[in-house]
This record gives sequence, structure tokens and C-alpha cells, in this order.
Amino acid sequence: MKFTLSWLKDHLDTEATLDTVAETLTRIGLEVEGIEDKAAALKPYVIAKILTAEQHPNADRLRVCSVETGAGAPVQVVCGAPNARAGLVSVFAPPGTYVPGKNITLSVGTIRGVESRGMLCSGAELGLGDDHDGIMELPTDAPIGQAYALYAGLDDPVIEINLTPNRSDCTSVHGIARDLAAAGLGTLKRETLPGVRGEGPCPVAVELAFEPADRHLAPLFALRLVRGVTNGPSPCWMQARLRAIGLRPINALVDITNYVTFDRGRPLHVFDAAKVAGPLTVRRAREGESLLALDGRTHALTDDMVVIADRNGVESIAGIMGGQDSGCDAGTTDVLIESALWDPANIAQTGRRLGLITDARYRFERGVDPAFTLPGLDLATRLVVDLCGGTPTEAHIVGEPPESERIIDFPWTEVRRLAGLDVPRVEMKVILETLGFHISGTGDRVKVLTPSWRPDVEGKADLVEEVVRIAGLDRIEAKPLPPLEGIGRPLLTVMQKRTRTAKRALASRGLMEAVTWSFVPHGDAELFGGGGADLVLANPIAAELSDMRPSLLPGLLRAAQRNADRGYPDAALFEVGQCFASDAPEGQTIRAAAVRRGSAGLSGAGRHWHGTAGTVDAFDAKADALALLGSLGVPTGGLQITAGGPSWLHPGRSGTLRFGPKTEIGWFGEVHPRTLQALDLKGTLVAFEIVLDALPLPKHKPTKAKAALVLSELQPLSRDFAFVVGRDVPAGDLVKAAQNAERKLVTGVDVFDLYEGPGVPDGAKSVAIAVRLQPVERTLTDAEIEAVSARIVAEVSRKTGATLRT
Amino acid sequence: MTDLDTLERDLLAQVSAASDEAALDAVRVAALGKKGSVSDLLKTLGAMTTEERKERGPLINGLRDRVQGAVTARKTALAEAALEARLASERVDVTLPVREAPEVRGRIHPISQVIDEITAIFADMGFAVAEGPDIETDELNFTALNFPPGHPAREMHDTFFLAPDRDGKRKVLRTHTSPVQIRTMRAQTPPIRVIIPGRTYRHDSDQTHTPMFHQVEGLVIDKAANIANLKWVLEEFCKAFFEVEGVKMRFRPSFFPFTEPSAEVDIQCSRKGGEIRFGEGDDWLEILGCGMVHPNVLRNCGLDPDAVQGFAFGVGIDRIAMLKYGMPDLRPFFEADVRWLDHYGFRPLDVPSLVGGLTG
Repeated sequence: MKFTLSWLKDHLDTEATLDTVAETLTRIGLEVEGIEDKAAALKPYVIAKILTAEQHPNADRLRVCSVETGAGAPVQVVCGAPNARAGLVSVFAPPGTYVPGKNITLSVGTIRGVESRGMLCSGAELGLGDDHDGIMELPTDAPIGQAYALYAGLDDPVIEINLTPNRSDCTSVHGIARDLAAAGLGTLKRETLPGVRGEGPCPVAVELAFEPADRHLAPLFALRLVRGVTNGPSPCWMQARLRAIGLRPINALVDITNYVTFDRGRPLHVFDAAKVAGPLTVRRAREGESLLALDGRTHALTDDMVVIADRNGVESIAGIMGGQDSGCDAGTTDVLIESALWDPANIAQTGRRLGLITDARYRFERGVDPAFTLPGLDLATRLVVDLCGGTPTEAHIVGEPPESERIIDFPWTEVRRLAGLDVPRVEMKVILETLGFHISGTGDRVKVLTPSWRPDVEGKADLVEEVVRIAGLDRIEAKPLPPLEGIGRPLLTVMQKRTRTAKRALASRGLMEAVTWSFVPHGDAELFGGGGADLVLANPIAAELSDMRPSLLPGLLRAAQRNADRGYPDAALFEVGQCFASDAPEGQTIRAAAVRRGSAGLSGAGRHWHGTAGTVDAFDAKADALALLGSLGVPTGGLQITAGGPSWLHPGRSGTLRFGPKTEIGWFGEVHPRTLQALDLKGTLVAFEIVLDALPLPKHKPTKAKAALVLSELQPLSRDFAFVVGRDVPAGDLVKAAQNAERKLVTGVDVFDLYEGPGVPDGAKSVAIAVRLQPVERTLTDAEIEAVSARIVAEVSRKTGATLRT
Repeated sequence: MTDLDTLERDLLAQVSAASDEAALDAVRVAALGKKGSVSDLLKTLGAMTTEERKERGPLINGLRDRVQGAVTARKTALAEAALEARLASERVDVTLPVREAPEVRGRIHPISQVIDEITAIFADMGFAVAEGPDIETDELNFTALNFPPGHPAREMHDTFFLAPDRDGKRKVLRTHTSPVQIRTMRAQTPPIRVIIPGRTYRHDSDQTHTPMFHQVEGLVIDKAANIANLKWVLEEFCKAFFEVEGVKMRFRPSFFPFTEPSAEVDIQCSRKGGEIRFGEGDDWLEILGCGMVHPNVLRNCGLDPDAVQGFAFGVGIDRIAMLKYGMPDLRPFFEADVRWLDHYGFRPLDVPSLVGGLTG
């Protein structure tokens, strides 16, 4: 919403400066977005007269001028304008002046050996137009030395406020003036508008053709004919104001509607009566109807839009924009002025569907003062008669204004209860009354009647806001929130703690945390087990951001490739974030995932004198996954690792982590070559992903004490066994068999060698394990150790078909 | 000069001349071994008269002690020399680089770090963390928050929609974390003190807007929480978060459908050469929105607005991260460029806390 300072002063009797007005507007919730003050910007530019203009000794096209500026002795200026001549009155800028049209600040200069102390200016240089032909030519009687902006009437600052959608009352200069008056900045000018005495009835009949359930779409419609008008340009003062707020003056009748729209927040429409055929019908549009509107476009209409039609069809889209065929132009002699009320939600919907943003829509969708429908019509009529002549008829009024006032039961203590501020009761009363509220009753509880122009004020809290915003939010003193009783209540849930720990744990493994989009390309979603219709965005911002991600991996894999393309081939990235299996809250899980590319292993990437890093493999990903589980304190006793993973991982170089046949918690491995190809990824990439929500929760224990620690006095011992076993038998099975062979004594089993090749039969491999034994009661004898070893060999052999390598 | 003197001088010379442990041992055996020259002299003591022994005993024993001592001293010296020689040969070039440790290379994203900072500050004021889904119903994202269907306020949010379901209802990507306020108030009984950090989505993209961003909201519901308390909470938060002694804030009346009264908050700052500093200067920077929870919202959650009351506030996490840590542009937050992460990210063990300070 834009207006000028002088326009505001038409409605507000005030001595306040522009700065005070601006500060106050922001303070009371009408945030000033910008102030365009040409008078201030152009202050150094003064009217000046060229006394003499001599040819420059060293340049054909330059003249050396002696300029009378109204301040002291004449000033020497070198000027290149063709029209610079003795006697010309123009505009002068002294050194130090900023020139907006050239984006420079003047200084004393020497031009081809002649000193120049300022500049004579064109309109373009002042940012006032585009006459580049020469310096400005002012009438010879223009006052030398006066500020040009003042002389040219540019001294009316334009204020733009960022209006919040609730404040329909401040879509008008009058409403803004009312708010400022309440804030103590002056007095609202309340001229009583005399009604218009029309001659005879309006000859054009109007019908509101709606089903009873639809009457709210057009509750009130008023129309008046003015005969015999002359529709020329509107007067200069009106054009200047319209231009100042960014509107293009068209002709007097159209300008009047725009002026009243901004002056009073009352949108109007004018039809050229000669172009309207027969009675007007206000109704829903019919499917297939369209209108060539004043924006020059033809709009297809649907039956949820409201239109004003005559015998020729649709003439205007209600509350948004009129039609070109019935518009007013220089030839208009009889004009129909419409002032109506429309349904805000319907106007908003129609405007959105048609993509039409107009000053009328802006007001109707926020709510226009119903009580001002007829006064608005009268105001416009008077302006038409004043500016264009003509004779008005009586107004033709159809429908009833809807009930708009409310009575709110208001205890004065409500301000203290919600705002924590004591405002004297008399002050509260003055604030509300100046804003147009009526208060009845005296005691602690009063009845407050809301004004017709405040549809946003519905209840007590709204009245508190009115009082507090005018009294000043800065009067409220900060007061500590009382501390909660006791300490040590845990504030984070297990999942929240795990999410935080997961990030730190993975970062500690040299991985960098990425935050990638929650949306991925449709193809990626399908490739990673998603792509369901319930997770496709109806209005994606870009084609490659179309589906809610089923996994963190496509985002991370593509990020790793982008880094490689930039010359960083060994990216190690992780993300902990949400993934989507369905559009239901239960379908959303938090996952942790990491990718390593190239040689980005745990100890570092690339060549190094102390040992060059090899290409990452599935075990780098497995180590990340298990480190994460360990850091989270997830008991891994029941963890199983089975060969193979989801389709996007290499079938022979991936594994699935699970706590049972049905509780998969994640997977790790090398990325499938087909996945690499589909995502256009190069090089070797390994990844893991764990669904944090799928991890078992810690058991609730009555005490925090750990199990008793039993330490043996006896030395542990270790025995090595080399087995030959089928190549496809998992080493994990050997380890498990060895562990189970002698549960009391075996405290650890490690695989320390793996071999395939000469000396081992085809299709077999050699697996060497070290078994750690911890005697419990006494030292083991050689015979006992032999017996344990034999049991281990027997058990491994029985479970896996392995034989001891000889 | 007696023969004992001669022998001693001779033996001591041999000890000094021994150039290694083996040579020294040979000298020791030759002198002090079973058949050594000194041992032989000691054996003669048994055959002497008492008088002779009185005279010769101390002399011979003295000789033995001195030779013994010289051998021990020489042995220590030789061992020292051998160690020195070994040490002289054992040299590494300590200027050779070692690999950077994983806990030094790794990075925490600024968003995670800032969420941890915010959580630490609000935990100190008794706020728990509440969360909710990114895909929301229209009811929770808008209607329950007092955005009537079709109201222009909805257009302040450029909403992402999912495809309509069988009933024609479309879910949305939450445009703010406020639906979690509704979920929290419907699930818990006041008093409520929560912050709600999370991902939010708006159909918008330029230098300062990305289609996905992060917000944190706060919600306090009890029997007395008012704007004075809200001011205190926000002032304390800003001081703690920006790590300044004082911060001047300006509350401007504003509008949000779900709060009444509503305000936007600016903080005072200085801008010099593109650098923003808080707690000084005379510029204002808008950082958050807040207000008293709207009575309609309380009613929509089954709460009586005359019995309970409270406030809510919301702030952009990415935005305050940029303000505090000086990132000029929002878009790289989501590009996973390792150079950006390395520069703007945080070390894994820099866990923010109020005990140790938010930043090191």
C-alpha cells in the first residue's frame, strides 16, 4: 500500500514530520517498507541561470559557463549540452552532489584544462525522465536559488507500507490516518459526506440472480447513472497522486475509481452506459463464457466465478476487473458507477484461478467496509460531477449490507493477562474509541462494539492487540519465565539423542555431514524403492525435485559425483535425516547413511609415503555401519549380517543388517554397477544406510548399576586354527561355530588370514582363526587344551564342512 | 712401589682400555674370576699369619674393591656409549607428514550445529524438543492454525502439494513447523514448554530462499505466560545464541493467523563491510516472528483460552546460522560441496553446551 504525505494530510490534521510518521507507522504495525522522498534526494539541485556561455578553448563541443546559483558569486561550469546558452534558466548541482541518473558524486574537476565547479543537469540526470537532448530549460521567471524539487512540486514523499493481510481497513489512506490519530499523531479529519441528490431513478435495472445458498456471493449492489459527462484527463493533482503511487492516469472516470479505491479502500467500477445492453444481472458465470478484460486478455470463466452481465453477455468479473467492451473512454457521455460488496473467499479464489492481481481484488478479498458501500458511491458521484460535469440519477440499490459489527464482552484485565502490561483504563478507552470502537458500560467488564471496517477483530485477544500495538509493545518489560520445578528431567527422547550421537559418530570417522534435498528425481525414487504416487509432488519447483526421497543415498551419491566433477574425487559424506515410505506420519523414518568414493577410507584418501589408500570396498561401509551401531550403544549380540542387499547394491558385495528374519535395520556394500549407470556416476562408491527408527530401544532397567565384573587371575591363551572350507561358506559361520564350541572358555574369535590359491583346492578357501581362551578356575593342562582344540575343530567342521588345513 | 701397586695400576689400565663389554668381561675374569690375579691374592690370605693378614688383608681387599668399582664404572660408561651410538643411528625425519585424523577431517553441518546450540539454550529454560512429520494435512498445516480456507493469509505461504487422494484431499509439505504446535497441544496437558526444530518447505527459490529450509519454533502454554515472558525468553535466547553481553530488540506489531497479538522482532546490529555484529550499531535486522497463541488455535486443540494461555515464536535456523557464522548465500547449505562443508562445518567433538560455551 502506497500513499503520499500530502494525501495523508488530507485525512490527518498533524504537524508530524515525515520521519515521525514513518517511525509511528512501523511502531503500530504498519511496517514502512520504503520512503521515496524526491525532495530530500534532490535537495542540492537548485534553479540557476547561465550568465555567459563562452566557447571552451580546447574543445569544440564544450562551453565554459558562468552560472548564477543564487548563493554568492557566479560559478564557472564546463558544459557539453548543445542548448547551454547565455540567459537560459536551468538546474545546477554543486560539487559533492550525488547524481542518480549517472550514479556518480560530483567533485570539482578540470575538463580539458578548464576548471568546472558543478554541473548543469538534464531531467534524465535527476532520474526524472529521459530527455537526453540537453540541460533542462525552465521559464525565465523561475526563482534562481530555489530548490528545484520544491519548484517542480516533487516535494511530496511517497510512503510504502507492508500491509499484513488482516488489516483491510488500512488499504485506504483514510484508514491509515485513523491509526495514526489513535497513536497520537494528530486528528482524523471527519468530514461528513453529504449525500447525492439524484434526479430520477437509475434507468438500468439490476438483478442479483442467485440461489438462496449463494446470496453471500453478492450481498449488496448499488448503481447510479450520471448523464452528460465529459471524460477528459483528470486534474493534475489527481494525476500526480496516482503517478506517485505507481498508477497510470487513464481518464477522469477511471482515475476517480482508482482514487477512491486508495483514498477510502472502496473499489468501484464504471461502465460506459452507451455500451451496456439492457438490465444488469449479477450471477455465477456459465461454463464456456469468457471476457476480454481491461488487461487486454481474454479470460475463460467457470461457474464458481461471479460476473456482471447484460444482454451481450459478461461485462465485468465481479470485484476484480471490468470488461474492455463496456469500459469508459474519451467518448463516454453517460456513465454507470457501481459500488458493490462481494464474498472475500470467492474473490480470492477467482483472482487466484485467473491469475489476476488488481487493487480491487486486493481489497475485496481482505474485506471491504460494508457500511461505506453507499457513501463510497456518493463520493465517486460527487467527484464525477465535479470533474466531468453531468447529472446523477438516484442510486439503485439491490440487496442488504451483511451484519458486520460485533459486540465483544471485554474485561479490562485481559490486557494485563495476555500482555503483562498495565495500561491505565482511560488510555485503553481512548485508544479503542479513536480507532472507532464503541464502549458501553463502566466497571471492570465492558461491551465493545467493533466498527464496520474491522472484520479482523473477533474477540478479546484482538482488542488486546489493538490496545498494545497503539500503546506500544516497547512499554512491556521483559519478565523471566518462572523456572520449572526440579532439575535433571531429560528433555530429549531416545530417538533425538540417537540422531545427535549418530551425526557426531559419523563425523568422527572423517565423514562430512551433508544436508540434501528431501525431494529427488522420480527416476531416483523408483531406483531406491520409492516413486509411489502418494509421494509425488503436484507442483515441484523443478523436474529433478519431484518425489519425496525413499532413501538418503541418491542425494548423497549424486553429491559425491558433483564433488568428483569439481576435482574432489575422494568425497566421504553422510547425512542423518528423514525418508519417506508413505505420506502418513508412520511412513516417515530417520535414517543415517554415508557414502565413500574413490579411496576415501577411514584413515584418509590418496597416496601417502606411509602407505597409499586403496580403493574403498564393502568393508569400509560395513565398518561405518557397525561403528554407528556401537556408538549408539545398540546391543549387537543379536545382530545378524546376511549376504546381499537391496537392488541398488552390488549383489555379491553387499550385506543386510538385521535383528531377526523380519527386522532389517540397514544395509551396506558397494553400489550396484547398474545404479551407477542409471545415476551417471563414475568410479567406485560404497555406502551404508541404517534406519534409526528400526533399532531396538534400550531396555528399561530398575537400576543403572552395571553387571558385576568378574576378573580372572589366570593368564588367557590363544590358539590358531587354519581351516579349508568351501569358498561360499561365510567366514562368520566358522567364527560362530568356534564360539559355540566351548562357551565357557572361548572369549573371542578373530579371523587373521584368508587365502585362496595354490595349495588350497579349487572352489575352497583357507580361513585362519585365532581363538582366545580364558581359564576360569585353574590353569589348563596341555591335555585339557588339546581337548578344547579338538572340540573347536569338530564343531567348526560339523557346522561348515571345514577341515583343518595340513 | 709394591707389587700390589703395580698390579693395581696394570689392572686399572686394562679396565680403561677395554673397548667393549666383552673385553671388559675378559679383564674382569682375569682379575676377579675364580682364577683371576686378584682372586689368587685373596686366596693367599688363608695361609698367612695373623700379623701378616692384618697388614696384607686390607691392602688386598682394597685392591679388589677398587678393581671391582672400576669394572662397574667402565661397564656403565660402555653401555652409555653403546646407547648413544645406537641413538645416533636411529633417526626419523619428523617433518614427514602424517595423515590427518578422521576426527579432524570430519564435519558437522552448520544446521545440525546450530540446532544443537538452540537446543542447549532452550533446555536450560526447561524446553523439551517436539517433532512432527514433514508431510502434513491441510488441517494441521493451516486450518487448525486459524488459516481459514481461501484466506489470503494462506498465500503468504507458497505451498507444495502432494497429489490428491481418493477423497480429493491433498496433503502438503509443511510450510512451517507450526503444525507440531497443534500435535503437541493435542497430545500433552499444559504446562507445555517445547521447541520444534525441523525441515520446512516453500515453493520459492532465490539467493535467500530455497524450496527447503529449517525453522525452529517455541511454544509455551501454562496459566500465566504472557508477552513480558515472551520478551524475556527471546532476549535471553538472542544473547546466548549470538554470544553477546546485551542485545537490543524491537518488537513490531504484525500479523500471523495463529497468534494474537502478534509481533515481528528486529535486533539491533551494525553492518560494516558486509559483516553484521549484534549488540552494537544502529541498524535493525528482522529475525523472528512471535505472539500469544490465538484463542481459536487453543480451542482447536481442546484448550480453554480463558483457562490457559501462552506464546509461540518462530525463527529460521538457516537464517540465524548465516547471521552468526557469516555465510553469504543460503543455497550452498544444500549442495554438499566438500569445500563449503570443510570451511563452514564444525569439528565432530565441538558439541555445544552452556557449561563449556556454545563455541570454543
